[in-house]
Amino acid sequence: MSKKLPTTTAEEPRAEEGGPEVVVPVLPAADWSNPLRHPQDRRLPRIAGPSGLVIFGVTGDLSRKKLMPAVYDLANRGLLPPGFSLVGFARRDWEDQDFAQVVHDAVREHSRTPFREEVWQQLAEGMRFIPGDFDDDTAFKQLRSAVDELDASRGTSGNYAFYLSVPPKFFPKVVRQLKKHGLADPPEGSWRRAVIEKPFGRDLASARELNALVHDVFEPDQVFRIDHYLGKETVQNILALRFANQMYEPIWNRSYVDHVQITMAEDIGIGGRAGYYDGIGAARDVIQNHLLQLMALTAMEEPAAFDAESLLMEKLKVLKAVKLPEDIGAHAVRGQYAAAWQGGEQVRGYLDEDGIDPSSTTDTYAAVKLNVDNRRWAGVPFYLRTGKRLGRRVTEIAVVFQRAPHSPFDSTATEELNQNAIVIRVQPDEGMTVRFGSKVPGTSMEIRDVTMDFAYGESFTESSPEAYERLILDVLLGDANLFPRHQEVEESWKILDPIEGHWANHGRPAQYAAGSWGPEEADEMLARDGRSWRRP
Amino acid sequence: MKIDLTDTTASKINKALVQGRRAIGTPAVGMVLTMVIVTDEENAYDAIKAAEEASHEHPSRTLVVIKRHARTPRDRTNSHLDAEVRVGADAGTGETVILRTYGEVSDHADSVVLPLLLPDAPVVVWWPVDAPDNPAKDPLGALAQRRITDLYAVENPLDVLKARVRSYAPGDTDLAWTRLTPWRSMLAAALDQARVKVTSAAVEAEEENPAAELLARWLEARLDVTVDRVVTAGPVVTAVRLGTANGEIVIDRPEGPLATLSLPGQPSRTLALKVRTTSELIAEELRRLDADEMYAVALRGEGTKEIPTHV
Repeated sequence: MSKKLPTTTAEEPRAEEGGPEVVVPVLPAADWSNPLRHPQDRRLPRIAGPSGLVIFGVTGDLSRKKLMPAVYDLANRGLLPPGFSLVGFARRDWEDQDFAQVVHDAVREHSRTPFREEVWQQLAEGMRFIPGDFDDDTAFKQLRSAVDELDASRGTSGNYAFYLSVPPKFFPKVVRQLKKHGLADPPEGSWRRAVIEKPFGRDLASARELNALVHDVFEPDQVFRIDHYLGKETVQNILALRFANQMYEPIWNRSYVDHVQITMAEDIGIGGRAGYYDGIGAARDVIQNHLLQLMALTAMEEPAAFDAESLLMEKLKVLKAVKLPEDIGAHAVRGQYAAAWQGGEQVRGYLDEDGIDPSSTTDTYAAVKLNVDNRRWAGVPFYLRTGKRLGRRVTEIAVVFQRAPHSPFDSTATEELNQNAIVIRVQPDEGMTVRFGSKVPGTSMEIRDVTMDFAYGESFTESSPEAYERLILDVLLGDANLFPRHQEVEESWKILDPIEGHWANHGRPAQYAAGSWGPEEADEMLARDGRSWRRP
Repeated sequence: MKIDLTDTTASKINKALVQGRRAIGTPAVGMVLTMVIVTDEENAYDAIKAAEEASHEHPSRTLVVIKRHARTPRDRTNSHLDAEVRVGADAGTGETVILRTYGEVSDHADSVVLPLLLPDAPVVVWWPVDAPDNPAKDPLGALAQRRITDLYAVENPLDVLKARVRSYAPGDTDLAWTRLTPWRSMLAAALDQARVKVTSAAVEAEEENPAAELLARWLEARLDVTVDRVVTAGPVVTAVRLGTANGEIVIDRPEGPLATLSLPGQPSRTLALKVRTTSELIAEELRRLDADEMYAVALRGEGTKEIPTHV
């Protein structure tokens, strides 16, 4: 535990006595460890080492609403290194000051923590803006010199993360330009990392192509794929719940669990994202990444350690064990929202949205049944569903247990009794609910469902860090625990591709009224198994 | 809502708490700890305010024990307990009970506090002023996993510091130490970057500043060098210098929240190093409730090899 201490001080000259002529840098030993850090000194936060963040597509929505506020919040919490630098790259005719102003406004509007002038000053000194196109060689040359200049003036030590907040069609261009201008090659002893956002391809072939392209330029373990769901406290809590407690794990298997429902519902339509969304659809947009990740975390075995490699191994094992139903048509449903009244507002159907082809077969709702063929889960179906314009915005994982095998109470007593369930509410109202039966006060024996509730807002800080804060910090620290690796991405496509293939050749999406909980076909799909969807 | 109880007992207070929660419609609570604040009337307001702000991060039941001083012999024999129960919006995110003890019951405040502790949840005692000489041996302190004192609130901090070294028990902590966390994390980050052996060190601070003394002791313990204490006009800690063979690492904060970091061979940079409010300090203290071994090391100011691995 105890770290190596400096052995002796007597014979070395003291810097202040040595006068100003001390220049020869003493290089640290390879096993140098910081004596001011100690594993038992748990107050000291993990601060990222000297580094900078380059954001491509810095004028986009994500960048303004999430990334820049997250960078500020990190700085405000004292988690960014002194000299941290932020470089923006976009097609705008801006100077550094204009960029700083844009960041300032974004931070003022969207940051989670209060605005503090001194933190802002610390950040603003390290802001640079590079105007230009992704084709533009001069812009990348400028970026190169900005990076070198920051190393000299801010001490970023050549460590840079490149955040590609750009539409997928620009990925190849940006990555190639980074390679061409030597920005992806780290100088000795430093790192260059790439951060990319979904979609990671649109099927297995394109995902492989994209991975090959990115890995050609960056080392595979220096590529960080953002799945912002994994940065959420509640998702990390799945692991704490399962592996830091004794009472859940014994029942977390086929002997007690009847089935698992994972839902991610949105109440909004596609809004202005028609160009991106049409042809992609809900299954590719959500199931392939978020829902399969949530499923993997719910179903995986205990990892040997809480590190990226062990987590990847366990998640991969689950994804590889996934088996599709033989009759895909009977166990996968897609739908499109139709015009209706939603929450007191009349909304358009998907096919009437601006920029959508009226004959489009893109799914805005998708529900699939998956089996995980291993000893723990054989015979326990996992139902995954996602959709737009559903009843309300909610993401949750519901583990539904089998009915009690025998009840000493007569049937009238337990009439209102449902199956027990553990529900992990990922968002909003983060927390967990346990549902079980309890006697109704009174004379006769009557049993009714009650819930025991744990809400994050009740037991912990009102403002947990935003997912992007955690993820950006992890990128700078090089901690890949919360990032899906390319193997997982490819494995997920292998699960989804046959379903998409089936849909492409059979029928059209079912229509469901906006504001409802999905098409009737989805209810029928569960009814065939003798089950029903929870109303989240 | 507020419920006032005069000449009361712990069980009546418990009843009032249940009644109060019923009345505001939230009988279930998710409080994670009990915070006992031992203070006098003068400091109670600020301490309660800080605790309520901290309760946004750590929902807690706050028990404020205020010992009233009797002015007449009649008062001294008349022993009684008054309580003010606050639940809901009046009490941050948890609930607050203000206990005023008169006469003899003041010496037995622990008998009032014990029945009011949350079941199974950790207990923290905080003395904003007038901490006992030996916090762990104090009847109220003995109930707690964590005992928070404040060297900034004593007359002769360096003398009291000596006493604290002698009486240290796992679970003790001091806000003077908490105030140092940003300094310590920046120093550690600076050394992460410089990656050289430190051969000398100096801490510059106002006179008799206990935090500066703790910082110096921590550096001595961790770096194995003698740390010079330099007196400046303040406020509080103004600079830390670490001498290395390559040059000096300096964090300089002459005034205000902005500090400058200079590393050998690198341009100097601005750092935000704010003096934090009491509620932020308390919130940091409540984040971990196990013994703070590094505080023990800093108190003693000697080598680190003998840090107990677990207490």
